Amino acid sequence: MVTQRNAAERRHYQFRRATEQLAGVGMVLCAAVTVFFLLMILGYVVYHGASAIDWQFLTALPLPPGEPGGGIANALVGSVLVVACAILIAMPVGLGAAIFVNEFPSARLGRVVRFMAEVLTGVPSIVVGLFAYALVVRPMGSFSGLSGSIAYAFIMVPIILITSHEAFRLVPPSLREASLALGVPKWRTILGVVLPVSRKALLTGAVLAFSRALGEAAPMLFTAFGNPFWNLNLGKPIATVPMLIYTYATGPYDDWHRKAWAASFVLMIVVLVTSVMTRAFLRGQSDE
Amino acid sequence: MNNGGLQMKDERFVSDRENPENDDKSRPSKPEPSIAPEQLRLKVEGLNVYYGDFRAVTDIDLQIRTNKVTALIGPSGCGKSTFIRCLNRMHEVTPGGRVEGRVLLDGQDLYGPGVDPVDVRRRVGMVFQKPNVFPSMSIQDNVASGYKLNGVRDHKLIVEKVQKSLKGAALWDEVKDKLQQPGTSLSGGQQQRLCIARALAVDPEVLLMDEPCSALDPIATAKIEELIHELKDSVTIVIVTHNMQQAARVSDYTAFFYVGELVEFGETGTLFTTPQKRQTEDYITGRFG
Amino acid sequence: MSDHSQTIDGAVSSRSSARVVHHDTRVINLGDRLFYRLTQAFALIVILLAFLLVFDLFRGAWEAIQTFGLKFLVGTTWDPVKREFSTLPTIIGTLVKAFIALLLAVPISIGSAVFISFYIPKWLRPVISYPIELLAGVPSIVFGLWGLFVMVPVIRSLQIWLKANFGWFFLFNGPAVYGVGVLSGSVILAIMIIPIITAISRDILLTVPRPQIEGMLALGATKWEAIWKVALPYARVGLFGAVILGLGRAIGETMAVTMVGGNSFDLIHSLFDPVHSMASQIASEFTEATYSLYVSSLIYVGLVLFGITIIISLCAQFLIWRLSKGHVAVFE
Repeated sequence: MVTQRNAAERRHYQFRRATEQLAGVGMVLCAAVTVFFLLMILGYVVYHGASAIDWQFLTALPLPPGEPGGGIANALVGSVLVVACAILIAMPVGLGAAIFVNEFPSARLGRVVRFMAEVLTGVPSIVVGLFAYALVVRPMGSFSGLSGSIAYAFIMVPIILITSHEAFRLVPPSLREASLALGVPKWRTILGVVLPVSRKALLTGAVLAFSRALGEAAPMLFTAFGNPFWNLNLGKPIATVPMLIYTYATGPYDDWHRKAWAASFVLMIVVLVTSVMTRAFLRGQSDE
Repeated sequence: MNNGGLQMKDERFVSDRENPENDDKSRPSKPEPSIAPEQLRLKVEGLNVYYGDFRAVTDIDLQIRTNKVTALIGPSGCGKSTFIRCLNRMHEVTPGGRVEGRVLLDGQDLYGPGVDPVDVRRRVGMVFQKPNVFPSMSIQDNVASGYKLNGVRDHKLIVEKVQKSLKGAALWDEVKDKLQQPGTSLSGGQQQRLCIARALAVDPEVLLMDEPCSALDPIATAKIEELIHELKDSVTIVIVTHNMQQAARVSDYTAFFYVGELVEFGETGTLFTTPQKRQTEDYITGRFG
Repeated sequence: MSDHSQTIDGAVSSRSSARVVHHDTRVINLGDRLFYRLTQAFALIVILLAFLLVFDLFRGAWEAIQTFGLKFLVGTTWDPVKREFSTLPTIIGTLVKAFIALLLAVPISIGSAVFISFYIPKWLRPVISYPIELLAGVPSIVFGLWGLFVMVPVIRSLQIWLKANFGWFFLFNGPAVYGVGVLSGSVILAIMIIPIITAISRDILLTVPRPQIEGMLALGATKWEAIWKVALPYARVGLFGAVILGLGRAIGETMAVTMVGGNSFDLIHSLFDPVHSMASQIASEFTEATYSLYVSSLIYVGLVLFGITIIISLCAQFLIWRLSKGHVAVFE
């Protein structure tokens, strides 16, 4: 069936068909490239990392450089400690501010805060490290887990604020109004109705922030710094997994390189679990 | 099943409405009156339309006459929009959309092997329920967007075509001084006429209109109905409408759809004053809707 | 049944219906008042954090600012021995790597997003989107590790080949054997920002109303023509936002670039030069900085980095606001 009314149109039509097919191929290629890189990274981490993980790796302390064996137990514990402390700081601030932004919308401060949070998510993590250095390390005179926690908290607060805010936005106003109509004061409504209803989303936000901080190395470079020994004292330098990966990867020993892959494997497991949890929550949400 | 045949004689079949023979499925098929080919722009044969496994439209045989307005009426969900989208092969764009049967445009099956839907849609244009002016383009670019697809580069030609189309859509006088303004700066009624101009710019043989006035106020609606009267001399029009009065005002032929089937088809005047089927009469008199 | 439209208007109006007037203007009882003050305090802490950040950066950089002033931004010496510091080469290093990364990443990201939104059936979308989201969550040192041990050798071979065959071209006329350098840095950055840009772009493209695309198809356009001439322009503001987000990430990225981008302080002459970005310089040298002016200069670098990030972010917001006149898909 020919609708082309002259030779020029026929030629153009062929061109259009060619473009259409080329475009289709192009789009597939783009997606393929993206997936390809994921497979590459995931693949190598699993390939190099999984084999180096054993019980010793997870439970022992690092041995002096060059000696094979030993593990990263102190970094595993250190990371969890530092991030947990950070969440303790960041969660109330982020959550509280999000409540303020959403539940008291007539205050203009709320919009400023939300905008601020969006801007703060773009601050490079190394700059956050500098901030924690100037705020804590310099006055304290030494590296410390606490400064690391503060750095992480700075990164986490905007994430928690934004995800919590979005969660509160999704709570239907009818729920709040029902509670208020019963005579329940506003603050109790928020704590007793809004928070529980959005708890899944809030949890997701917290998990996201946790997972994000766990993998950040740059802020640790001059805050928590690192420690080859057991240390649970946040006032002293403390080992963290991302920092360890950096040190080991850029070091000269093959054994260190293997451990860096293995530690990356551990981090990737955390990322995977977080991702699955977030997805599960999203699916649960659409069912509600 | 019905065959959508035309009543050539202007007889009053008043008593036949009570005749059980004329009830829904048991009517004997009347021989198809022959229409001269040049008067028959679109011919639909045995059309069945599916969404996945669900059959939304069943066994339609319909003839659309050249340079006349054919209206498709019926209650919500009766398949008239689904049906009209088959006439320009838009139904298959919907995920799961599937069509069986034939649609002949001047004798050529639009669903034939090797037929490119892109070609079909150039010859059978469409105006949608809500005006879908492209916001990233000016008024001029909107009108020219379809026209330019075929490789036209000559600016003079484009400007001429835009002017001609806008005049054809009775919009030229209102926008001739602001052609470079974004298309969305117009009112709802003007936007819809812009969409009509845009569709006209590719010189289609048939123009499909899917409830084009449902989002418009009465004044804008009247303007478009007037426009339809003028347009039908150059283009065959098929219009879906849920507004029976509009169908009566605007169309030469009317088809009544119900639950995916073509219940009755005839000259508008006849169908509205002396409908043959009980269902048609019920719908027209508002017993359901 | 015939309604194919799902416009943004629906989504926006359901959002605005959530903004029903709350009764906070009549805060009558003590509990409410306290709670208001408490949450307000938290909100103020967030603002305080932002100001504290800027303040501390300035305070830390003050010594360097006083010593070098704005010449810091245009000088090309970085000599800890002579106590002379400046950042022009690292600014250039940062921006060049980020822009090349954008050049590589944007077509692939938008192409992937178009693929996911328009070329595959609905049920397949999460299948492809999921790996991409996973990639977005990979920490940057893992990218750095992979980059260093897997990607750099490949780039190195590529660089050697390019220099051998096209060495007359100034971009390929550099130390190819290092492997680490501008090219490696840019490529790893590109890989890192592809998932972010893709994910956001996909969300944006899915909000383009079907009637828009169908309108173009109904005029006799091919699928690609409808995407190119209608869908992408409709979504251009949101897509721009996604790209800016990617740019921000590329500029501020530290670990991966430190590990594969090269660690020398020099103006860029070719794609193979191992040049620092601002972030990688701070990361590499901060703990080695032995005296206060050195430390202060590095913090000054951090301040400049922060400034560039903020400027780009604000410019982007402004441009988005300007471009947002009329019906366009804006990502919240």
